[in-house]
Amino acid sequence: MEVLKIATAGSVDDGKSTLIGRLLYDTQSLTTDKLEAIEKSSKQKGYDYLDFSLATDGLVAEREQGITIDVAHIYFSTAKKSYIIADTPGHVEYTRNMVTGASTSQVSIILIDARKGVIEQTYRHFFINNLLRVKEVIVAINKMDLVDYSEEVFNKIKADFEALNAKSTFKEQNVSYIPLSALTGDNVVESLGGMPWYKGQTILEHLEALEPADVYEKGKARFPVQTVIRPKTEEYHDFRGYAGKLYGNNIKVGDAVTVLPSLTESVVTNIHFFDKQFEEAAVGSSITIELENDINVTRGDMIVKSSELPKVEKDINTTVCWMDSKKLVPGAKYFVQHNTNRVLAKIDSVKNVIATDFSGTTEASQLAINEIGEVNIKLSKAIYFDAYNDNKSNGAFILIDATTNTTAGVGFIK
Amino acid sequence: MSAQLKTNALESEAIYIFREVISQFDKPVLLFSGGKDSITLVRLAQKAFFPAKIPFPLLHVDTGHNFPETIEFRDKLVAELGLELIVRNVQDAIDQGKVVEETGKYSSRNSLQTTTLLDAIEEFKFDACIGGARRDEEKARAKERIFSVRDDFGQWDEKNQRPELFDLLNGKIENGQNVRVFPISNWTELDVWSYIEQEQIEIPSIYFSHKRKVFLRDGMIWSHSPFVYQEENEEIVERIVRFRTVGDMSCTAAVDSYAATISEVVGEIRSSTISERGARIDDKRSEAAMEKRKQQGYF
Repeated sequence: MEVLKIATAGSVDDGKSTLIGRLLYDTQSLTTDKLEAIEKSSKQKGYDYLDFSLATDGLVAEREQGITIDVAHIYFSTAKKSYIIADTPGHVEYTRNMVTGASTSQVSIILIDARKGVIEQTYRHFFINNLLRVKEVIVAINKMDLVDYSEEVFNKIKADFEALNAKSTFKEQNVSYIPLSALTGDNVVESLGGMPWYKGQTILEHLEALEPADVYEKGKARFPVQTVIRPKTEEYHDFRGYAGKLYGNNIKVGDAVTVLPSLTESVVTNIHFFDKQFEEAAVGSSITIELENDINVTRGDMIVKSSELPKVEKDINTTVCWMDSKKLVPGAKYFVQHNTNRVLAKIDSVKNVIATDFSGTTEASQLAINEIGEVNIKLSKAIYFDAYNDNKSNGAFILIDATTNTTAGVGFIK
Repeated sequence: MSAQLKTNALESEAIYIFREVISQFDKPVLLFSGGKDSITLVRLAQKAFFPAKIPFPLLHVDTGHNFPETIEFRDKLVAELGLELIVRNVQDAIDQGKVVEETGKYSSRNSLQTTTLLDAIEEFKFDACIGGARRDEEKARAKERIFSVRDDFGQWDEKNQRPELFDLLNGKIENGQNVRVFPISNWTELDVWSYIEQEQIEIPSIYFSHKRKVFLRDGMIWSHSPFVYQEENEEIVERIVRFRTVGDMSCTAAVDSYAATISEVVGEIRSSTISERGARIDDKRSEAAMEKRKQQGYF
């Protein structure tokens, strides 16, 4: 079944968890025991409605403070699709979590409190969706019940957001506007009649109607080698297969390919998946391929079509979102993990900090946690990449702290 | 040769994770309980490395309170696939005085497994333990990473986890640390069952409807067994049941069911309104039961 990943982002009180709870409840995805737990807990807290956030806030600290600290994953499905929601915090100090959630999502839901309209956090969420090129954005204008389901309020917020969207450079992005009440459920799964002036789809109707072509960008085929499979058994004595996951586009038997970094040319002779062989593999599949001639290929190498070579460079210009409490400063050494390749790197320079409200950049020489900025990086070995805007998976990397081993930041190559 | 390989996103992700494990770690192990999730992991590992054999052993932390059907199944699977199986017993930790057996009405060896698991990790110097936990099972597990770093004491620091972006998994650790790996993090219970049906994977017989001696407590169906504490007034009855999740006999409740084939089981799960952990007695202890166990090194 088709799997669609959705990132939700919103401010503390704009009802993000309530919306998710409502989606689960109205698609019958909340089981009786979970529902009973929610009822019990809501009653204990003295609420006179069901507090759906209890279904999503998993950690004790979160339940105590009533906020979402981390990325939580929530699952629901319809007859048509399986959905995975990456629920991320809305506070400014959790920008990195929003980036994390958006990195694996094809759809983003930006929540706006109808009483407050477009605020700083709305800018930030939208900025992150643009930076990470999330193709489908749903602007969910929530708490319409608290503004008397006013069409005027909806239109004003929509106009404000459209002004923001005009500043976007990601023109392939599709933005839709849906007025709703997560608390009552109006326009979440079904229209309950509170807003007869709204003729569009509900949130779920919109999600159900999305086709893969609406949410995935296609690029050039890239096959980063994860491991080499050599069974060394009687039956497969000479077998040498390159195992990996295929990104960007499909690959076929007979394709003329080039292996990076050696630039050795070859031809795909076999595509294996478990005990079967295929003429062609679709993008996203984890396969094992055999090449015509016996060449030296190891983990970290990349197989591409010979007519579609990536860039090969040691100096990269990037946009980095910093995630570590230790600041990013010039001269510092990190490991760059790009696909299956991990190389030592030195921060050459930090140029600026980019404001997440589309207001431009400020000159800077370092990046603090949750800041986004332009950074030049020198690599000890060349990597083979595409600009993030051309081929997402081959343009993104993480920075690993060489001392603490933590994932300290994420970068997007220009 | 078939025409085009279509992508199954969840399967493809799991295979990718297995291949990252053997590339990023020296001494991985697959935690095998004999339950459907770990059996599914074995099939995915086969797919990841075919035509080579699965390049790591299985570890079973045996509470001694298993369903006999599970153990039988385990031994058969291991023999058929030519796998290496390591078994470590909770009873040994009890005998050595490292842990004390729980007593009373709700006693179980479930949480005692942690000590045995941590001992085995130390004994074999495992740096990656692959498990079948899924994020949809339980709310603390919903926060779990795919590569989840544990310190020398096996502890999970849930507020200080490494961010995981795109498909990029960071398995860099210090000596003594280990990583818990969850290849089917993003699968739901229904995904697992549908996959078992699609792949025609064999599973232990207790997952299918059978007649069993049971007793009722707290609205749950408990197995009558020497391993399960039973009050005198708790009457033994025979019922047609099956298990949706399989742990220890003392922490797994049965459900009334006539589902005797895998397609009937899938049909039942599809229309069920009770979550699978609803039949896990170990989770009912408190709202944060799982989070607490995980902090201490439970998997």
